[in-house]
Amino acid sequence: MLNVYDILETIRMIQDECLDIRTITMGISLMDCIDSDIDRACEKVYEKITRCAGKLVKTGEEIEKEYGIPIINKRISVTPIAIVSAACNASPVKFALTMEKAAKACGVNLIGGYSALVQKGFSAGDERLIRSIPEALASTTCVCSSVNIGSTKTGINMDAVKLMGQIVRESAEATVDDQCFGAAKLVVFCNAVDDNPFMAGAFHGVGEPDCIINVGVSGPGVVRSALAKYPDADINELADIIKKTAYKITRVGQLVGVRASEKLGVPFGIVDLSLAPTPAVGDSVAYILEEMGLEKCGCAGTTACLAMLNDAVKKGGVMACSRIGGLSGAFIPVSEDAGMIAAAESGSLLIEKLEAMTAVCSVGLDMIVIPGDTTAEVISGIIADEAAIGMVNSKTTAVRVIPAIGCKEGDVLDWGGLFGKGPVMKVNTYSPSKFINRGGQIPAPLHSLKN
Amino acid sequence: MKAVITVIGKDAVGILAKVSNICAENNANVIEVTQSVLQDMFAMIMLVDITNINNDFVALQDKLTALGDSLGLKIHTMHEDIFNTMHRI
Repeated sequence: MLNVYDILETIRMIQDECLDIRTITMGISLMDCIDSDIDRACEKVYEKITRCAGKLVKTGEEIEKEYGIPIINKRISVTPIAIVSAACNASPVKFALTMEKAAKACGVNLIGGYSALVQKGFSAGDERLIRSIPEALASTTCVCSSVNIGSTKTGINMDAVKLMGQIVRESAEATVDDQCFGAAKLVVFCNAVDDNPFMAGAFHGVGEPDCIINVGVSGPGVVRSALAKYPDADINELADIIKKTAYKITRVGQLVGVRASEKLGVPFGIVDLSLAPTPAVGDSVAYILEEMGLEKCGCAGTTACLAMLNDAVKKGGVMACSRIGGLSGAFIPVSEDAGMIAAAESGSLLIEKLEAMTAVCSVGLDMIVIPGDTTAEVISGIIADEAAIGMVNSKTTAVRVIPAIGCKEGDVLDWGGLFGKGPVMKVNTYSPSKFINRGGQIPAPLHSLKN
Repeated sequence: MKAVITVIGKDAVGILAKVSNICAENNANVIEVTQSVLQDMFAMIMLVDITNINNDFVALQDKLTALGDSLGLKIHTMHEDIFNTMHRI
């Protein structure tokens, strides 16, 4: 029989330590919906999404009951709309409205894929889509957008970097009455991945199957409690504890993914081995770092602790599931992590430190509120820096900053729910304007030449 | 197919009887029970076979959860696979 200790451990992880499946995300290809008539294309998009994902939420809820594990989000990602809308000579905002309608009909809370991939240049439809992002995000609530502006293979498209600085600002300005929420649903990537289940950056890559299920796990609370039991362990032991815990967390992700795939009759894609925090107390990555022995997240030593954590999570998770993908690593979104919020408010955590941290963990500068008067060029500069880290280190990096229009340092934007709240953080205001306005492409680094 | 029922809370008369009764009503065969009382806390783990239950699994879960609520106990009814996957390689 099962060991009593193991059973109670699982129950404690779920009950007291916020273990959950963060998201089941269904990736749906919209390649077969392309049509030069935008209304016809939107009809096909609506039909396909509702046909594939109609049972997604219900199935998710059934699995939650069966295994007694909460599945927080059920979501949908689709083929980048820049590709789907390229043949239509009209504003792609209609696609965003269609995605919103389909997401509501399916009962999912977010839908991703209002995206463009422009790492090497703009193809037909890309620039039109990017320029429509502020309007699309302002006229919908659950549509998420992402733009890939660089990769290790191609270098960084600086024209796109320049444009995205403006688009991030415009997205915030267009939703100023709603706490600038538009910018919270927009991610600028370098090395974006095709099978990411996490929002706001999820889209369904062009090499993916027609329909697929990807799972994102969570569990910062579980890791922190596991570490708390060994206050005097050395770093090797801590790494071991994290690996064991990550293994258990990931196994649940694998189980849920396989079950969802069986029930929905859709192939199972990947498990994203992630530590994804939520604003709930006890579900914070920052608190794990503090548990390792930092007085406050952001102090000296933070990058080293995060590097170890991120690596141990992957090592533990890798054997626990059949296929790994997505972003896989520890996330450090500021507004979605109670410990990060506290560290930022106390002045311990600065944007420059966060940038350093992104070099050793998953993703990048995420959910950071910046002053409302930050110029588009400065935002572009932040995007370029982050993309450079991703390009050179062959990893995914992203920027999701929210210019708090009309607010200054010390003010707070509060969206509630999973998006949390964030204090406006100080940004270096010296201008990179001349650099950003040069345009062109930062060439791919030497180590991209692997063939 | 097997499920694990765990009951945690303050000890009282008849907990085991009431839980077993619901299992019997639903044709869930009790395979194994372990229980311990530490100070006042009652902890019971029951492995039941749910292959031939005469209701669906969710209905059985709901009944047990409701029983737990009425007795002031936490009753979890979970498919055994979550424990097997998590703790066995």
